Amino acid sequence: MPKLNVPEAKATSSAAASLIHIEQLSLYYGASKALKNISLTLDEKVVTAFIGPSGCGKSTLLRCLNRMNDLIDNVRIEGGIKIGGHDIYDKAVDVIELRKRVGMVFQKSNPFPKSIYENVAYGLRLHGSKNKSELDGVVEQSLRSAALWDEVKDRLHSSALGLSGGQQQRLCIARAIAIKPEIILMDEPASALDPIATTRIEELILELKQDFTIVIVTHNMQQAARISDQTAFFYIGELIEFDSTTKIFTNPSKKQTEDYVTGRFG
Amino acid sequence: MENHFEMGLDALRQKILVMASRAETAVNESVQALVHRDYDLAVRVREDDNIIDQFEVEIDEMAIVLLTKAPLASNLRLITVAMKVSQNLERIGDEATKIAKRARDLAQEPPVKINLDVTRMASLSLAMVKDALDAFVHRDSTAARALIPRDKEVDALNKQIHQQLAEHMMLNPDTIARCLHWIVASKSLERIADHAKNIAEEVVYLCEAQDIRHTLGKPSAAPS
Repeated sequence: MPKLNVPEAKATSSAAASLIHIEQLSLYYGASKALKNISLTLDEKVVTAFIGPSGCGKSTLLRCLNRMNDLIDNVRIEGGIKIGGHDIYDKAVDVIELRKRVGMVFQKSNPFPKSIYENVAYGLRLHGSKNKSELDGVVEQSLRSAALWDEVKDRLHSSALGLSGGQQQRLCIARAIAIKPEIILMDEPASALDPIATTRIEELILELKQDFTIVIVTHNMQQAARISDQTAFFYIGELIEFDSTTKIFTNPSKKQTEDYVTGRFG
Repeated sequence: MENHFEMGLDALRQKILVMASRAETAVNESVQALVHRDYDLAVRVREDDNIIDQFEVEIDEMAIVLLTKAPLASNLRLITVAMKVSQNLERIGDEATKIAKRARDLAQEPPVKINLDVTRMASLSLAMVKDALDAFVHRDSTAARALIPRDKEVDALNKQIHQQLAEHMMLNPDTIARCLHWIVASKSLERIADHAKNIAEEVVYLCEAQDIRHTLGKPSAAPS
């Protein structure tokens, strides 16, 4: 592959250690190039926001981080992604193990039609955990971490589908963190929620970053400003700017970024 | 439970209080240096002014970051008011520096034999600053409104000192240079009271969402 002269973007404000290295990544849906030579380094235990208008490739890039795009036909990838120094697209990589390390929360909450307890315990059971007291402990801890325990501790064995939308989304976060991932990917996790439930999710994300590296896709500029430490702005498959969130929202380097965050296009 | 945004607001409030304490100390010490002809203290007050300046810069930075998070209603007013309060505190620090400069120069000259009520004027101005800050902390618009008229008392004292010094200069032309130092110091104390009044007006805006600046004597200045 020819060497492309694309400088690797790195936010300037963070002193944290790097965890995710995206190296000249391009992604094609058939003949259409959806991501164009993206190079990006994300730090551990910080929140990174991906922003940009619809179709800019932010969700596609997010899905590259745990190889969710493998499930889509006609997808081809060039370049690479290293997490903790390991190439996640190496043939030897066990994708199930990768997705255990890199959990995901989607736009629409998707609890299983099972009890609250079973939703959180599901991943652990899948990975062979059978010890009840161990499961009990992890379920409680995960629900506490997701700021849901106090609301559901008396009805753990009721159906998860009886929870409100905001509670279901926090349950999905509890389910994701139960298997102790290093990284949590969130694709517009609060876009279907009311302002109160959104605030709870945002507060939760700020708590979770003490233990997890979080990458979030959001269309809500103020949400990115409230919760993220670093922000990457994408436009038509290209990374336009990546910097500390404060810089992006107060003094972006590129005019395109400023136009987008101030609502002039998108 | 406080959320992260509220913690950010608290940090902003705390920073203003620390800055206010620095500014009050600077005024206090500059007046002490003036009254007690303390050269070393005057020099120190001048040297410390950059610390107060730095607070203003840091408070503005914190406020800008908080503003990106789309605060609404009272939180939005709090952040914009915080920026104005810090600007007024920075100016109070500047006035203290001016007093200290005059105190430094006067300490190197023979004293002027005149009885000026500078100490009373300083205590009135400082009390206004303290009460304005208390009103800000407690979001007490009644207290803020109550202190605004006290500025007139400080203005009157400044005028009285000015007259005393003018008469003294006419009778003792050899003291003109020293008397001019006292006039500047008195004016600075009067300006400090003005800044306290500005802060009080901002507190009224913070609490009542009503802008009472430049409305003195007009019906809209009354609480709604």
